[in-house]
Amino acid sequence: MISRREFLQASVAASALYGASGVGNWARLAAQQVLTQDQLLQFDTFGNITLVHITDIHAQLKPIWFREPEINIGVGDVKGVPPHVTGMDFIKMFNLKPGSPEAYALTYEDFTSLGKAYGKMGGMDRVATVVKSIRADRPEAIILDGGDTWHGSMTSLLTKGQDMVNVMNQLGVEAMTSHWEWTFGTERVKEIVEGLPFPFLGQNIFDKEWDEPAFDPYTWFERGGSKIAVIGQAFPYMPIANPGWMFPEYSFGIRDERMQEMVDEVRAEGADLVVVLSHNGFDVDRKMASRVTGIDVILTGHTHDAIPEPVLVGETILIASGSHGKYVSRVDLDVRDGKMMGFRHKLIPIFADVITPDAEMADLIDAERAPYKDQLEEVIGTTDSLLYRRGNFNGTWDDLICDAMLSERDAEIVMSPGVRWGASVMPGDNITREDIYNATSMTYPNCYRTEMTGEFLNVILEDVADNLFNTDPYYQQGGDMVRVGGMGYAIDVSKPIGERISNMTHLKTGEAIDPARTYTVAGWASVNEGTEGPPIWDVVEAHIRKIGTVKLEPNTSVTVTGA
Amino acid sequence: MILSRREALVLALGSVAAAAIPMSALASVDDAVAAFTGGAAVTDGAGVTLTAPEIAENGNTVPISVDAPGASSILVLAAGNPTPAVVTFNFGELAGAHAASTRIRLSKTQNVIAIAKLADGTFVRTSSEVKVTIGGCGG
Repeated sequence: MISRREFLQASVAASALYGASGVGNWARLAAQQVLTQDQLLQFDTFGNITLVHITDIHAQLKPIWFREPEINIGVGDVKGVPPHVTGMDFIKMFNLKPGSPEAYALTYEDFTSLGKAYGKMGGMDRVATVVKSIRADRPEAIILDGGDTWHGSMTSLLTKGQDMVNVMNQLGVEAMTSHWEWTFGTERVKEIVEGLPFPFLGQNIFDKEWDEPAFDPYTWFERGGSKIAVIGQAFPYMPIANPGWMFPEYSFGIRDERMQEMVDEVRAEGADLVVVLSHNGFDVDRKMASRVTGIDVILTGHTHDAIPEPVLVGETILIASGSHGKYVSRVDLDVRDGKMMGFRHKLIPIFADVITPDAEMADLIDAERAPYKDQLEEVIGTTDSLLYRRGNFNGTWDDLICDAMLSERDAEIVMSPGVRWGASVMPGDNITREDIYNATSMTYPNCYRTEMTGEFLNVILEDVADNLFNTDPYYQQGGDMVRVGGMGYAIDVSKPIGERISNMTHLKTGEAIDPARTYTVAGWASVNEGTEGPPIWDVVEAHIRKIGTVKLEPNTSVTVTGA
Repeated sequence: MILSRREALVLALGSVAAAAIPMSALASVDDAVAAFTGGAAVTDGAGVTLTAPEIAENGNTVPISVDAPGASSILVLAAGNPTPAVVTFNFGELAGAHAASTRIRLSKTQNVIAIAKLADGTFVRTSSEVKVTIGGCGG
């Protein structure tokens, strides 16, 4: 319980800026006229230790649009609690003002209109400004990266993560953990890790053959007169959710018994503060916090949730710092006599038009992008629709990708992975090649074309649904539902596996999917080795070039109940 | 690496004798339990620990370990396999640790069950659900 804390203070950085602003007048307020960098960074330094957390950047060096989810269903014990709260419910829960900068940053409501007023978010040059400002205030601040850093853009793909490595090194990161990093393969990961000036942590990464720990489980910091242990937790389901053949030497898993051992070990060695830098996903971390004792702070990642206040589980605080460089979390802690006595937290939204880019970092980013500038900026088409992905079911980016596969690969039914990354594109804007890669970049992009029976399609939907809606978070993988084109279905998220999916319909004919019939299916991001087909970005680019302007109708093919 | 039940790789701790149970002998979980306990009562919980992954990285070779201090034997069952009996570990009087690790094949999502015969002759049981999934789509 919180009683032992001296106090709790947690706020969104921009809150209280809008005392007089109501719904409706936001559109006239250009963000740079009403927000200032000083306001965003304002923080009453507290205690003796500062943690700076950034996670799931997905290689977004430049400011981006990113629409937060409209549908993020929680099941079981986490129904209706953060992060499973969206839109107006979120605004009410955290006392935000509709139309305010923080409502724009944290919810999907009025995204297009508010985006025009408040502008893009993120950009590692702006993040660098924020980190430098925090370090000016608290020179011993510990900078921690939660992973999903090296993957997600065209330049990170072409440089095999090197652009992000260079940027994060310059930022001054002091420890990281991992997920998509592994999709560059064991050899590349090891090559990068050998050159990192900080540890690549993962108490749950084991050598598969010998069942022995393969990476440092934790690292030590002596800051503010205290001994701080930071324990790393890599994404637990690497070989299942991503291609295991790319890193066959390693086994992952949650391994919370070992987490407890590590916590006990660092406590025995005199840790005053125990921090877990995690890529578990929020619900998994929440459960882990209830089972493992002695953790003070879990810096969560993977599920891309931005929550303006810490979530408390027993005496552990969980911090959720969003994704794509949209936010940086600053957590100040008062640690005395081996105990965390209090904390102050701020989820700092990186409004790109408000925060001045750090010149050194801006130069580095430009240098990293320069060799690819022409490829990145080539305009492929335009869009009349907002393109976004994040949410439990199809976003418009997914619909566009599915349309591209249906058309370019002559398939009856198509499937696209329910990943949580991918920047948005505003209606009226050009679609550049970089935009397409932001939604598709990966090392296993081949768009396969195969045959599947109706029965097998059902098995896939049930299987993926259980990875998202199993009531025990330890059985969830953290991805969203597989996106489907050419087929509709109904899902009751409250049911167990095997009973959630019904009314599978072949949209073209309006007929029910026949379990015994064979359908031509296209898809991408298969975890199977040797998958053949063109890379998905080529498929999407060809489709956009043909249609010129993207215009998507609302997708009503999935009916959701039981939420 | 694909291991059949019969070829189960035993990483023994202490002096452990691993005996694969003849496939034809035991048709179901209840039969296997009855054969092991001789019909004695089995209580849930304390005394036996089963460690298994929540989600199998590869259903063909799932690492599990069992630990039951003082136990003379531990029966491991995969309740959802066509043949549930996996292995019985027998520990001699000189065994240093009454624990063992192996890798088992699971045909689908199911409960793995461990029943230990403790030093006092009583039986304790624990189980753990292991999910076997198609995978993909982790984002």
